Amino acid sequence: MRPGDGVAPSCSRPLIHSDSLVSHAPDGDAALAAALARDLNAGFEWLARAWQNRLYAFMLRMTGSPSDAEELAQETLVRAWRALSTYSPQRRRELSVRPWLFQIAVNLARNKARSISRSGTVSLDELERSAGRDMSEVEESPAARIPDEDLAGAPEASLERRQRLETLAALLLALPEPHRLAVTLRHVEGMNYTAIAEVTGLPVGTVKSHASRGAMELRRAIERERAREAYREETELKR
Amino acid sequence: MSQGTRSSHEGSLREARQLAADLRALGVVAAPIHIAEGALARAGLADQYTTIETPLGTVYIAWSQEGLSLALRAMDEEEFRMEARALLGRAVTPGQPPERLARGARAWLAGDGRVSLSFDLARLTPFERAVLMKAREIPRGEVRPYGWIAREIGRPGATRAVGTALARNPVPLFIPCHRVVRTDGHIGNYSMGGPEAKRTILTFEGVDVDELERLAASGARYIGNDESRYYCYPTCHGARNTSPAHRVGFSNETQAYAAGYRPCGSCRPPEAQLAG
Repeated sequence: MRPGDGVAPSCSRPLIHSDSLVSHAPDGDAALAAALARDLNAGFEWLARAWQNRLYAFMLRMTGSPSDAEELAQETLVRAWRALSTYSPQRRRELSVRPWLFQIAVNLARNKARSISRSGTVSLDELERSAGRDMSEVEESPAARIPDEDLAGAPEASLERRQRLETLAALLLALPEPHRLAVTLRHVEGMNYTAIAEVTGLPVGTVKSHASRGAMELRRAIERERAREAYREETELKR
Repeated sequence: MSQGTRSSHEGSLREARQLAADLRALGVVAAPIHIAEGALARAGLADQYTTIETPLGTVYIAWSQEGLSLALRAMDEEEFRMEARALLGRAVTPGQPPERLARGARAWLAGDGRVSLSFDLARLTPFERAVLMKAREIPRGEVRPYGWIAREIGRPGATRAVGTALARNPVPLFIPCHRVVRTDGHIGNYSMGGPEAKRTILTFEGVDVDELERLAASGARYIGNDESRYYCYPTCHGARNTSPAHRVGFSNETQAYAAGYRPCGSCRPPEAQLAG
């Protein structure tokens, strides 16, 4: 046997599919569903590689912990596999992959949030990791934290952007769970409200209000951050 | 609308756009590669692999939930992954072996013949599996001919097929196909690196390969003990423990039978087929 024998053409280079699938999710979904109907094993391999990044990102935004995100994203894929292997080819062909996958993900994320709230709070360590590896100083709440580095001498756009994103990630984590979920699905994952309603099992109106209230809370928190930062810069200049 | 409110309106619009773009950016994260790989392994769609040190150098081993599925020498990881995919018919992903498997594999390589190692041989035929399981019964430091396996698994005419099955052994070293040699005593070929590698591993295990070949050249296939009057394969501990003064060579089982010798119960050489 030579290398390459026995490799199904549909999955020989699954990584090629991943980017195109993420940027054109609905089209990719149909092709993926067809692949799942045709050859479940090869189709699932494609699915797992194509969706691991989005699922990880979703879990990271929901939990704030890279290790939890990794575990939950993998668990989502494993549960997806278990379900798929009980479906008929017909049912797999008709699958809307993204909402279906995120329904599993949302359930897992909610269960995790519940178990964390039962067991107390997220550790400071995890909060810190969630906001970025370079944050060395933890203040009273995640929303209040900003990077500790002195940027005065290095107005580098990418660094500035990274820090802005780290702050935003921390602020997002500080939102109440339903708002965080709606904002993450709507704005981070880019789903429409109908899909979010389907995925969360909530009415469309509720989902919309959660997303818009969440976004508003974020804008306010960003403003507070900015004011705090301006105040700090001012006091440091005076010193 | 005054100048001031318009610019603040534009400012907040710009900020809203910025926020939307930033939130989208939070969705673009490179996941640790092993999320999908781990899920595939848990779904039974991929085997995991690592490397292990052996008497033949570094060897890649792969395993599924069933057990060890592959042992292969490769130039590099990329080559291994390609070959493994072709041989196993599924993907392989880097991983840490379960403790039981890691310990078992190391103990086996170190010479512990009693260690229990599980294998995933699902892709093989029942005949191939029977051949390989029989090869695992050959003690370290000993060798048997292909015909021995054929006879032991109840397919005495299938010597050639036994050779083919051993050549396709997916887990050489761990299923010791190297302990099976040609009926004429020559050590024969080996899938994991050819005759030289076979000589290396057999010598490592305590087989005197030169002596084996000298015997084969002299035509002696069995060694008898003229006190116990049993005959053995030359590497059987029974033969090795026979002092030179009591060793008798036989070129076939009929000759041994005619001299009044019986086959050793441990290495089980063939009995003479008596005509009539």
